[in-house]
Amino acid sequence: MNTFAWTSRVLHWLMAACVLTMLFVGAGMVASLSCYHFLLSIHRPLGIAILVLVIIRFINRQLKPPPPWLDTMSGPERVIATWSERLLYALMFALPLVGWGMLSAARYPIVLTGALHLPPILPHSAQLYTVLRKAHTVLAYLLFVTFLAHLGGVLFHALVVRDGLLRRMLWR
Amino acid sequence: MSTLDQTFAAITAPNNRGRVLLFGVMMASVVGAFAYTGGWLSKGKLTPARMIDAFEQVNGPHPGFRRNHAKGMGVSGYFEASGQGAKFSRAAVFKQGARATVVGRFALAGGMPYAADTEQNVRSLALSLITPDGAEWRTGMNNIPVFVVNTPEDFYALTLAGAPDPKTGKPNPENAKAFVASHPNTARALKLLKAQPPASGFDNSTYNSLNAFQLLDSAGHATPVRWAMVPETPFAPGAAPASAEHDFLFSALIRRLSQGPVRFRLILTIGQASDSTSDATIPWPADREKVDAGTLLLEHAEPEATSSARTINFDPLILPDGIVGSDDPLLSARSAAYSQSFTRRVGEPVSPSAVTGAAQ
Repeated sequence: MNTFAWTSRVLHWLMAACVLTMLFVGAGMVASLSCYHFLLSIHRPLGIAILVLVIIRFINRQLKPPPPWLDTMSGPERVIATWSERLLYALMFALPLVGWGMLSAARYPIVLTGALHLPPILPHSAQLYTVLRKAHTVLAYLLFVTFLAHLGGVLFHALVVRDGLLRRMLWR
Repeated sequence: MSTLDQTFAAITAPNNRGRVLLFGVMMASVVGAFAYTGGWLSKGKLTPARMIDAFEQVNGPHPGFRRNHAKGMGVSGYFEASGQGAKFSRAAVFKQGARATVVGRFALAGGMPYAADTEQNVRSLALSLITPDGAEWRTGMNNIPVFVVNTPEDFYALTLAGAPDPKTGKPNPENAKAFVASHPNTARALKLLKAQPPASGFDNSTYNSLNAFQLLDSAGHATPVRWAMVPETPFAPGAAPASAEHDFLFSALIRRLSQGPVRFRLILTIGQASDSTSDATIPWPADREKVDAGTLLLEHAEPEATSSARTINFDPLILPDGIVGSDDPLLSARSAAYSQSFTRRVGEPVSPSAVTGAAQ
């Protein structure tokens, strides 16, 4: 069976939806006055959801290794695919943590929804906030670029090479 | 044939041209949608960064200071609830006997951190109230009865109307006049401001939320509200002598706090269905129900150098469960712009504040 385990497929598409939403919510927050608060109220709980999901997904990947490479992928392409996936995992883990840390350092309450809030994970510090706030932006752009590389690779195989690469992550 | 060669063959195959094109269009759409969402394709759009740029343009660079309400002083104390607000809101801060730790800041509106105190300058009181359950309520209030504009775009235009003229170095009063003439809501609001002369000090001023919010009770029922901190110190009209010292309002507050706590009552004005929650320039009828929700007790003056208020963003949409924002567009805009101002200033070197004296 040259497909991903069903748990891997569910986690992949769930997180794909979360991360794509998050990239657009994040970009919108920077640009909008009127939608800022609404977007922020999605951004925080969604970020924590991604953090939880990426931990589950990392464990799942150890238990259910991905299927072997297709013959249609060249050596360099395999190296790029491997490292872009590792980078995606690292960023999906780091971005929510940096966000949580930066809110802590700014002494913002970390409200998820209603009365549900998380404790601060760093002390109140303007210097820490400044560094983490910049890191959040830089890592977010890096995530967008990495996501583009991943999407581009898969779309290229699905549309142009037509080797069934994408089908390994689908249900048919 | 290597896999790389096969890939290139797939790209260049004539029967694959449509698919290669589709691939290109799909990738470009994702990048384009992202750029559009991030505001990079709309150069004239009012963003949080451009709002704060306007303050920097009007006031000049003042690194380390808030871009608005730049001149201020920290205070600390606590809030004790009367229990009367609990009927309308499930927030812990309203439960009878609840006590919230308070860090606050008195300030003058405007982006000049070393401006001389004047009676006419709008005064503000910003508070952070934290209850033992960890919930936090931040509010920034002003000593005016209504706000002067009702949209972020108008606020931006009014701010820029105060920009110094490149020729004279001073704002051209005609710009503000033209703005008022074309904005009847601002004209009406300014009349209300003029009709309410300022009090003699920070301690006997009333500070209004200006924006409307919604209180949520335990059943989720929403009640429109505007709130105010009303001083227990009786109102006295301002009568600053011509030779008033540079920081006379702040100095008086520091002296007053050194003699004992300053008290305010948190008065909730309960709105009705006919009251506008989206327009901060329109006052609510005077006969609306008023609820005395508790007492704010400010005990200590703290200079900005040591007050934790300096690195707190008094974002009006940081609210505990039981209070939410209304449909007033200024609220989200304040939240976004304050965040931008906060991020810029805390990353800059800190200069000494104009108000340095702590309580004796």
